[in-house]
Amino acid sequence: MRTLSRWLPIILLLPCIALLWVPFYNRIEPQIGGFPFFYVWLVGWTVITAALTWLVWRVQKRARS
Amino acid sequence: MSGIRFDGVTVGVFVFFFALVTVLGFVASRWRRGDLSQLSEWGLGGRRFGGFVTWFLLGGDLYTAYTLVAVPALVYAVGAYGFFAMPYVILVYPFVFMTMPRLWNVCRKHGWVTSADFVAGRFGSRGLALAVAVTGILATMPYIALQLVGLDVVFKAMGFGTLGIGRETPLIIAFVVLAVYTYSSGLRAPALIAFVKDAMLYIAVIAAIIIIPMQLGGYGAVFDAARDAFAAKGGATGLVLKPEQFTAFATLALGSAFALFLYPQATTATLSAKSAETIRRNAIWLPAYSIMLLLVSLLGYMAIAANIHVSDNSMVAPALINVSFPPWFAGFCFAAFALGALVPAAIMAIGAANLFTRNIWRPYVNRDMSDASESRMAKNISLLVKFGALAAVLFLPTKFAIDLQLLGGIWVLQIFPAVICGLFTRWLRPGPLLLGWAVGMVVGTTQPVLHGLAPVYTFTAGGSHIGIYTGLLALAINLVVAALATLVAAAMGRGTQVDRTRPADYEDAVE
Repeated sequence: MRTLSRWLPIILLLPCIALLWVPFYNRIEPQIGGFPFFYVWLVGWTVITAALTWLVWRVQKRARS
Repeated sequence: MSGIRFDGVTVGVFVFFFALVTVLGFVASRWRRGDLSQLSEWGLGGRRFGGFVTWFLLGGDLYTAYTLVAVPALVYAVGAYGFFAMPYVILVYPFVFMTMPRLWNVCRKHGWVTSADFVAGRFGSRGLALAVAVTGILATMPYIALQLVGLDVVFKAMGFGTLGIGRETPLIIAFVVLAVYTYSSGLRAPALIAFVKDAMLYIAVIAAIIIIPMQLGGYGAVFDAARDAFAAKGGATGLVLKPEQFTAFATLALGSAFALFLYPQATTATLSAKSAETIRRNAIWLPAYSIMLLLVSLLGYMAIAANIHVSDNSMVAPALINVSFPPWFAGFCFAAFALGALVPAAIMAIGAANLFTRNIWRPYVNRDMSDASESRMAKNISLLVKFGALAAVLFLPTKFAIDLQLLGGIWVLQIFPAVICGLFTRWLRPGPLLLGWAVGMVVGTTQPVLHGLAPVYTFTAGGSHIGIYTGLLALAINLVVAALATLVAAAMGRGTQVDRTRPADYEDAVE
């Protein structure tokens, strides 16, 4: 558990890669609900990043107690 | 359509909400009453704010009137490039999650109020702490001035410019109100008002993103209109980025994410939380604000679809509100925007005042200050800071404040090695850190000044152009200089200064 909580924060680098490597999402298609993919990706990663942060928080909290 | 309109109902609703909030500001000094003659009470609200208040305080910090005005304006003008604010605000919260709880813990343990306090204790160097404090104040001043610019835009949209009284009068009234309640209530005032401001802002934004696209034929139609407009306009615009914009977009986002929590107002809001755990939870829940920023940015596209034409792009969002909503609701939205100027300006002025008092006046001018006179000094400085910003907006061209704010972002990044790296290691030594800071400041100031105050430095290699955010570039040079100088100092066998912190100080206290 200790080792896991120590290394888990590495998953927080995923949003950095996903958002800073622009070619991943610099496209119009596929569109969802009228939104070009570029904007869908940004919204999606807002939610995913919050979820990843939550996951790290849960694991660290358990490791602390 | 120009979207500038004078309407009695709009102004009436605006004044009503503004007055309501002013009353709240004065009530704030009684809220969770503390001994306001202590700096940590006046300037940090007694470090007692729970998750809910901290959420509004940090969110209120970020979504300033200037953001609400400038982001739609940039999106309106260039399209996708203006959305660099999105990766920026998405990445900032994992960063906060990893760093700010450590800062909170160590500052709580030692009774520190500012990031410069931490640097002084960690590195045993008053010079480095002074550099951190001066940088923070320099970066904040133009930021406060820009809040006034945001306020000014709202007044213009309400048609005050068409009346005889001129734009100065309402600005002065708004700022005197702000100055007086911050003086008397400290951080409690913006904290309490932030609730009202953000509730209003959410209502305004949610109404805007539902009602305006309905008037324009749905989001598909909005994006289509924007795409056609950019196609006609040409150049580096469009619904997606041009390949030559990729690196500028990414480095602006990353650099801005690193910079945000180095600003004194963010430190102030962070340290006022009641526990490190409060900050962690906020890092998880603050992204709700990021979604709102995306929606606010989309106002730029809606303005294109609604055929808004303005002489000054910063009028885009207010003009769109004027043409899309009935007068009473426009007044409500403008009040939310105006409060979006006052809340952050108050927190910024408090943050700058804390820095000046704690890290400049106390160590260099009057070492034997009592706690009460320290608190009194900070109150007076917060007044001075605000009137300085007001004078800057009234007497200098707006572009001056905008350019300085751009430089401010670059400057504030230069304290990253001392403050953020310092939270994890003190391998970098204070002398080398100071040297790195100085080099970073010089590079980060001269490059933009020599290149027409553009925030992006362009490398040309083999016919292709790569743009990098100057702040990040200066930070990289800063870090390299600090690391090399540290190696030299270590090789020369120089001793290090005393570290007043222990590793356990950075971890959550065991309850």
